[in-house]
Amino acid sequence: MIEVKGLNKSFGEHHVLKNIDAQFHKGQVNIIIGQSGSGKTVLTKCMVGLHEVDSGTIEYDGREFSRMSFNEKKSVRQDIGMLFQGGALFDSLTVEDNIMFPLSMFTDKNLKERRARALFCLERVNLSDTGQLFPSELSGGMKKRVAIARAISMNPKYLFCDEPNSGLDPKTGLVIDQLIKEITDEYDITTIVITHDMNSVIEIGENIHFIYEGEKWWEGSKEEILRTDNQEVVDFVYASKFMKQVRADLAK
Amino acid sequence: MCWHFIFGKGKSSLTIETVEIFFCEPRIANFSRDYMNIFIHIGRYVLWMGRVFRRPEKWSIYRQRIFEEVQNIGYDSIGLVAMVSMFMGAVLTIQLAYNIVSPLIPTYTVGLGVRDSLILEFSPTIISIILAGKVGSSIAGEIGTMRVTDQIDALDIMGVNSTGYLVGPKMIAAMICNPFIVIISIALGIFGGYMAGILTGEVSGNDFIFGIQYWFQPFYIFYALIKTVVFAAVITTVPAYFGYHTSGGALEVGRASTVSVVYSIVIILMFNLILTQMLLQ
Repeated sequence: MIEVKGLNKSFGEHHVLKNIDAQFHKGQVNIIIGQSGSGKTVLTKCMVGLHEVDSGTIEYDGREFSRMSFNEKKSVRQDIGMLFQGGALFDSLTVEDNIMFPLSMFTDKNLKERRARALFCLERVNLSDTGQLFPSELSGGMKKRVAIARAISMNPKYLFCDEPNSGLDPKTGLVIDQLIKEITDEYDITTIVITHDMNSVIEIGENIHFIYEGEKWWEGSKEEILRTDNQEVVDFVYASKFMKQVRADLAK
Repeated sequence: MCWHFIFGKGKSSLTIETVEIFFCEPRIANFSRDYMNIFIHIGRYVLWMGRVFRRPEKWSIYRQRIFEEVQNIGYDSIGLVAMVSMFMGAVLTIQLAYNIVSPLIPTYTVGLGVRDSLILEFSPTIISIILAGKVGSSIAGEIGTMRVTDQIDALDIMGVNSTGYLVGPKMIAAMICNPFIVIISIALGIFGGYMAGILTGEVSGNDFIFGIQYWFQPFYIFYALIKTVVFAAVITTVPAYFGYHTSGGALEVGRASTVSVVYSIVIILMFNLILTQMLLQ
């Protein structure tokens, strides 16, 4: 479980995160939603240590991450897998080398064992025949699947996904969502997904956090988010005409 | 107004052909604005360099990276350096020969002048400035692109010391390679001068060879190599610093690349003055 308590973060005079309290549960897909600029990505970057927090604590299974030294953070980070919006695969390495990279860096596995693990991870995301390709030769959806394969190569305890299906067609986005859900269940990990996409929220969301202007505004399940009366959440969830119609149908 | 949506395969190439691109307003990266405060950059650079010297996660991977960088920074620059050095030596010979008009000055002075000019200044400094352009822009572009595409964040989240991993091997490779490159440059510069002397008939081969042997100071080679090693660190770490701290997109990466080359050249010239004063006093 990851627990955030009283988290504040400012950039200059711009107070981005305001006293955020949140719990992200093990074995669940925890979703963070909110409008662009609401502070979702900053919150995630604070949680993984890419930004220093101004005040507040972040605990990984009781270990206080925000106060750790550089080297202590490094050991926690080896338990973290992260899927970036664009995949963030290393351009100069093949798909197989990308997946083997953390294994080469942090384990004593020999080349044969690393290759076997990379192949296993690629098979897990249904891309077993792409090992020798370079990231530039992959489509957007394939890049994200390879990034998932890289993220799970070290058997992480925590998986962060930053807008995993942005820029993808609905069908491929669904494949990515399902993959994240399956991996969360299979490895019993704490997964945190940042998204704007209500399809993802409904499809895989179990514990949903709504961030509004830097504050944790609302929390609940996917069933609750569809029926909430909280005006800011309603404005976000039912922003399109189509969703407004869905809400009207639900009310009936 | 009507909105058209494009679905299906091949939509990206279609959009590139059909969409008009407007540049709404010139974006000025925060980073560029910060250049005004040189002291902030010096402090940030020193702290950032401290991370380059942290203990590597795995020596074998860093060692492999150093070999790769020796190829990129050193081996791939030899062609350019060879060409520039030969022309440099040839021009020096011709200019010296045409300017020595007094019959009291022996013609072997041309060889001596070419040798000392190349060893003391042209090969270590000019070649380093050329490499700052070739290697520096490439480093700033590579690391800047990694920054804006989250690849550096990916390294950090994995627990890799991204500064050490990306910059350390480049710096070490350049500090190993560049002295060899400068030695090659001196040799080819002298050869170019020799050929120019013979082909123009201004200096005989024997006089030129006598000149390059005359009153040779081995310390000058040591001085040239010391300068080269310092310049190698500048050529790699300054562009890497600008690339690492860039933000935004392609425009900012390009700008970081340009600025890094300018700063590298200015810093090389500053260190050239300081080292010359220190070592030749």
